[in-house]
This record gives sequence, C-alpha cells and structure tokens, in this order.
Amino acid sequence: MQASARKLSQLRQLEAESIQIIREAAAEFDNPVMMYSVGKDSSVMLRLAEKAFAPGPLPFPLLHVDTTWKFQDMYRYRDKIEATVQAELIKYTNPEGVAMGINPFDFGSKKYTDVMKTEALKQALSKYEFDCAFGGARRDEEKSRAKERIFSFRDSHHQWDPKNQRPELWNVFNAKIKKGENVRVFPLSNWTELDVWLYVWLEDIPVVPLYFAKERPVVERSGTWILVDDDRMRLEPGEEPTMKKVRFRTLGCYPLSGAVESVADTVPKVIQEMLLNRFSERQGRLIDFDEEGSMEVKKREGYF
Amino acid sequence: MTDERDLIRDDIEAYLAKYRKKELLRFVSVGSVDDGKSTLIGRILYDTGMVFEDQMAAVRAASQTDEPDLALLTDGLKAEREQGITIDVAYRYFATDKRKFIIADTPGHIQYTRNMVTGASTADVALILIDARHGVLQQSRRHAYIASLLGIPHLAVCVNKMDLKDYSQKVYEEISADFMEFGKTLRFKDVQFFPVSALVGDNVVSDSENTPWYDGPNVLGYLETVPVFEDRNFTDFRYPVQYVIRPDLDYRGFAAEVAAGVIAKGDDIVALPSGKASKVKAIDTYDGELDEAFAGQSVTIRLEDEIDISRGDMIVKPDSLPRVTRRFDAHLVWMHEKPLDTEKAYLVKHSTQTVRAQIDKIYCEIDMDSLQEKPTDGIALNDIAKVRLSCHRALYVDDYQRNRETGAFIVIDSLTNNTVAAGMISLEGADQNMGEVMKELHAESAMEPKTFVSDNERMERFGQRGATVWLQGLPGSGRWTLAYALERRLFDDGRTATVVNPVGEDLRSMISAAKAVTDAGLINICAFPSPTRTDRDKLKARIGEGRVIQVYVNTDEALCRERRPDADFSQFEAPEDPDITVALNEMRIDKAVEIIMEALRERGQFED
Repeated sequence: MQASARKLSQLRQLEAESIQIIREAAAEFDNPVMMYSVGKDSSVMLRLAEKAFAPGPLPFPLLHVDTTWKFQDMYRYRDKIEATVQAELIKYTNPEGVAMGINPFDFGSKKYTDVMKTEALKQALSKYEFDCAFGGARRDEEKSRAKERIFSFRDSHHQWDPKNQRPELWNVFNAKIKKGENVRVFPLSNWTELDVWLYVWLEDIPVVPLYFAKERPVVERSGTWILVDDDRMRLEPGEEPTMKKVRFRTLGCYPLSGAVESVADTVPKVIQEMLLNRFSERQGRLIDFDEEGSMEVKKREGYF
Repeated sequence: MTDERDLIRDDIEAYLAKYRKKELLRFVSVGSVDDGKSTLIGRILYDTGMVFEDQMAAVRAASQTDEPDLALLTDGLKAEREQGITIDVAYRYFATDKRKFIIADTPGHIQYTRNMVTGASTADVALILIDARHGVLQQSRRHAYIASLLGIPHLAVCVNKMDLKDYSQKVYEEISADFMEFGKTLRFKDVQFFPVSALVGDNVVSDSENTPWYDGPNVLGYLETVPVFEDRNFTDFRYPVQYVIRPDLDYRGFAAEVAAGVIAKGDDIVALPSGKASKVKAIDTYDGELDEAFAGQSVTIRLEDEIDISRGDMIVKPDSLPRVTRRFDAHLVWMHEKPLDTEKAYLVKHSTQTVRAQIDKIYCEIDMDSLQEKPTDGIALNDIAKVRLSCHRALYVDDYQRNRETGAFIVIDSLTNNTVAAGMISLEGADQNMGEVMKELHAESAMEPKTFVSDNERMERFGQRGATVWLQGLPGSGRWTLAYALERRLFDDGRTATVVNPVGEDLRSMISAAKAVTDAGLINICAFPSPTRTDRDKLKARIGEGRVIQVYVNTDEALCRERRPDADFSQFEAPEDPDITVALNEMRIDKAVEIIMEALRERGQFED
C-alpha cells in the first residue's frame, strides 16, 4: 500500500477515536452503562460500541431514562432496538415523579426536567451502582459542552464542577474514581451534527422517523410547532391541531420539543436543509430558553 | 464557502461525498487576553460561514459596540464571561471545502500553562498570536516552547493588529526575525508567519490588499494545506492492547488503536511482556477483515498462536522494539495546586498500562522567563521540569519526539485520583534488542524492596504524622496509666494511636517495634523503661529525632517510692530537655493528657 493511502478521512478518524474511547472506558470501569436516548446521537454511539466489540456483544447494558413523555414513535423504535441489540436494555422512570404526577403541562419545563430527567438519571445510576455512563453529547451542541472533558468526572452527588475538571491529554484518559463517584464518558465529543448525520447516512443506521418530514398534527406555541402526539396533549383554548409537513431536529419529550416545517424526508435532504438553514440545533428544545446559561446550570446539577 | 453553498443546494450527495473524504486538522490557538486570539478564531468561524444566525444574533446583542464583537463567539462558560477571560480549553469545529478543523482554544496567561498543554497535546498546528504593537513578548516564546515540547510539528505565528501599525512591512519583518532567532532553537518541522488583523480580517481567510508586500498564504489557506498526515510515526509498530474480545472459545481478538506504525496480515509480531512470538492471522473490524492497519485505526487483531495477552500488554514487531524499562527521564508539566512530593508513589498511566511510580530525581526546572534549565528542589503548579521516574513495573516506551503516542503519560495522585501532571519521555542511547528487553523484564522481580507509600500519603490517610510519644519517669510515676489514658483520648479525637507494650523484651526490640509503628504513620505511645540518657539517645537516633516526643512524667519521687518500694531508683537520669513535663502528683491524669494533646497539636502532629 502506498503511504498516501494510509490516510484516514476525518469521519473514519473520528470513528477510530470514538472506538478507542469506548474500549478504554469499558476496560477501566467496573460497571459502565451506555445512555440510550433513542435519538440519532445515541444511535450513532450504539453503532460505534457495536464496532468496538465486534464480533462480541456489548460488555455493558443500555439505559433508557424514560420520562413517560417521549413520542410514541420513539417508544416503537426503542422496542425494535431492544429486540435486536446484543445488550440488555434497562428502562428507568423516576417512581417519585410518577407518584407526584409530574408532567410537562402542570409543572413547567424546569421542574419536569429536574424530576423526570436529571433526578431519574441520578437515581438510576445510583440504583445500579454504575460508575461510568456513556452519553452521546457533542461539544458543538452548546457552549458549556465545548469545555467538557471526554471523561467527565462527577462527584458522589453526580455534580460537575466546570472549574475543577481534570486535565485531559492525548488519548490517555484518567478513569480513577472513588466509590460512589462516577464518570460520564462522551465518545462523540468531537463529532459535529453534520458528522453524525453523515455517519447515519453512510452506515445506513436506522433512526426514529420523526427526524424526517411528514404531515403531522401540530399546534403553534412560542414560535415553534408542537406535535399533538397522543391524547395526553392538552390543547389551550382556541388551539386547533392542523396538519403540517414537519420534522424534528432534536428529539426530547413531546410537549417540549418543537418541530420545524420541512420537506426533507431523506437523510441527505435533512443535511441539506440543516446546512442551508444554519440555525443552532438546540433552538428546537424549549428547555434551553428558561434562563441564561441554563445548560451549564443543569449540567452542574447532574443533567447529561 | 459560496461554492460549497451552491453545491449543497444543487447536489447534496456530491457535497457529502466530498465532505466525508475531508482530512482532519487539529490546531491549538494560544495567546493572551489582549492579543486578539478570540477575535481571530471568531473571525475564522464567521468568515467561513460557520456561525449560525441565532448565535450571531446573541453576539450582536451582547456586543458593546455597533460592530459585532466576534470574540464573544468563543467565550464559553458563565464564570468566564463574568471574569472576562477564558479559563479553560474550549473546542470549536468548522470545515471548509478542503478540511475539517478542531480548534483547541486555550488561554495564554502564565497561570494556565496546564490548559495550553491540554489543548496542545493532540494538535497538529500551534497558532500563536503576537501583538504587532508590542513585538515578541516573553509569553510568546513561552507558548512556542511549550508547543515544541508537546511535539506539535507545525507553528503558525500571526503578527496581529497590523492595522494599528499601518501595515508596516518593517514591523512585520522585525518581529518575524526576532521570533525566528528563538524559534530555530525549537523542534518544529516548519514555522510560518502571517501579517494579520483579526479585527478587520486581513490575511485571515483571504489575502489582504493592505499588505501588498506579503506574498505568503493567508492563515486559513495555510491551515487547509499544511501537510499533516505524515506527522504520525508509520515506522515503529506499537499496539497497546486495550481489550480482549472473547465472545466464544474459538475467537480471541486483541482490540486496540494502532498507536504507531503499520501491521499486515502474516506479519511477525512479539507480545510484551511475555516475549512470545507469533504471526498476525487476521485484522478484524465490524465492517470486515483488513489486509493492513496503520497508525490511528481502531482494529482487532487475531494471532496464529495462542499466546496469553491481556490489557496493558503491547504487540510490536521484532525488528523495531520499544524501550522496555522501569526507569526513564521525562519532562513533566505539573498541573495541580499540590506540588510534587518525591517521597510519594503516584500512578502513571502510559498507553493502556497504569503503574505505581515515583519521581526519583528532579534534574532541573525550565525557567519560564529565560526558557533555560535551572536548578530546583521542587515542582509546583505550571512548572515544567526534567525528572527521572521509577516505576513498579516495566513500561514499553519511546522517545516522545519520535512517537507521541508511546512517549506520553499522565501522572495521577493515588489518593485523590486527580491528574496532576503530564509527562513526555526522553530517551537516549540505541534501541534495545530482544535480549535486552527480556533481561529488563526479568529484572522486575529482583527490584530492591522499598515502600511505595510515602509519609505524606500516610499523613493524608490518617490525618496525623507518625510519631512516638515516649513517656519517661521513675518507677511508680504513672507512665503506663498515662499512656493508656492518652491512647483513649487520641482515639476519641479520631486519631490512630496505640500503646506498644512488649512485656519482657529488651530495649533494642522495643525501639524496633516503636519505629515500625511510627513508620506506619501511627502515633505510638511508649512507657517502656529507658532510664539512662544513653538509652534515650539510641532511641532518638533510631526513630528519628523529629518523630520522638519526650514526655517527662515528673511525679514526686517520694510518692513514687511509696508506690513502688521494691523498684530500682538508682539508674534513672532525669531527661535534660524533655518536650513536655507533667507532674502527676500535682494534676489529675486528664489534665496531663490535655497538656500532651495540646503540645502535639502545636507541633503540627495533626493534619487538621
């Protein structure tokens, strides 16, 4: 082989680096788990994990923190993955949240997210004594993420201290922790949204159909389209669902994730639209608009 | 970017086909608060169309002036914005039609050397800014030095704020010459200078009309074309095993990222530390077998023979062996507030091995002003020093400048688990042959026996310094009673103490026992008779003067004689300079205990 052929394209380089990260964490931690949010980033991360350990099964389970308010399409897709993936899929819902009847309508997005996502995640990690949790977050998503380490240390209260992060050099990761502490590992740190989509396309990774434009019943709220996904959706006085061709850029919980009007019904078209529109990805997620620097605050509290 | 946009609009699949083949370039941008680094990065992002509309809207809203302050694009965390500085490494991403880029944006002031080192560790190019008004400051030299130490192959020097110096060719050339004088002492493959104005945009992503005398590339043009793929070591095959994949009895694959070199099916290999030889049977990936794998690829290797290999082992080729050694020299960048403790055993993580190690010797420190070596007796935060390490087990290492992947390591504090230093190995001498490698590996079991737990570590664990509290006094003075009362009091205070009471032993054994307990970091309370000064001198010499606290239990002699009428009082010589004196005929035991406790506290015997 010619020397010039020994050159990885950026996507293959990212892939190789992510696999190195996943293997390193799997080898160093006693009880790792991979967060599985059903979104496109999770799907890419899952594929990378499969690549890391092929032809063997995943040496760790997947964890889906179920807020009970995911889109129905997401549940269907999750169940399909569960049936085929070579790993256990743990589903966890905060029982206290359910008992309190926490929902995104009556409690506001902050309270709801705290209880059903952040708190639920912490409970699940503690319950199963996971010392490492893989997450699909990327550094290009948001400013505070841009500073986060790939191996991101959390204290025994699951808190992140942005001012006191461990230095991280080369690909030599420090995985040493004390009992009760844990590390969030982000194998996709250096991927951009475009990289993730491109990988979905090249690798033919199935993703939730909500990412693709289709006629769906929606109502307009705060300048974004909210899907009327099931009969739990409460309509405000005067609101009447209309059919619009929409898709989702990010998937969260349905009353909180806004859709955009779109005609993109294939991966290349989605990418095309994304590149031409040039809007920041998280704009569709209402939770970020609560307060200035809200992601950083949530992350300090233990949110992924 | 406009051509790209057209392609995206007209033929997205063609665009994607092009994008997927792009090469990755990582660069670290370094500069101080005022030399316009954030503005330069903001300018590159903005001019390459990488800024989203809503981000730009936020920047316009936050800008103090009518023009958007592009520096705001890269200012991250809340705390930093409040302080007005970048305090850590932030990563940014952008792509042009030629390459994809990852920027490690790091702060430049001296107290953040550790952040620059973090960002520099994986960079292909270092981008350094010099304010044209101030010329080459010491700080720029320091940054270039660190970049070179971290093995970054290419250096790009932006002489910024040229607009404020009327785009003077003379200013630019003087600064370049001045910098080069120093730069040639460093190890870059190439150094490139650019006359720029980040604020206005001269020579950043397009050539400037304001500098007709400059015919070099603009900054982005350089970043798009500087050749980097040959910077990796493709000569010395290094395969540090990360994970053994064993789905069933028939499959045994060794998973790793090829750290350096190239491996092909059928190649001869040697596994370290076993020294066993075999051949590559297959190179597996999820997407199928490969004929060849090279540096940077994550693969799984199967071998012809069944050799016992586990994580931390390294597969290499017999004709190019790494240095197998427990002792080596390295440059350390200290990254923690707590200074280096040469007594302490740290953990060293090198490729996929973690071993206990000690820093045996500090040769010298690098003076951050003169960038010359200078003698030192300690290393603290942001110091760079040349040291000698000795590890509990052999590592398979290379000189850092020859191979970044196997020349690098991190140092971890074994108590707090913090990453406290980054290390770059320097090796001298010829490469080892297989015989030398095996000799080194066999020497491991014959290491000189010594503890890997330092006094300071024990102190942190126990919250106290090891010591011997030696109670002296006449027979019947109440030494033993006081000893046990003190033990109880120390215990209640959360300390770890014991009364060593070896009935029937001689003084020599007694002293040995006292020393062992003290070495272990405990507080040893002794009331064993040691009547003469010679006895006590022996004891102090053996245990160490600083670790013995002499308590003179000066109970009235008449009372002692009354209690112990048969005892021999003739030998006793009163201590000349006890640390503490208590008279048990004048005070209750509890009071004496408190006096001793107070004295221990004052001596700094306890951590808190």
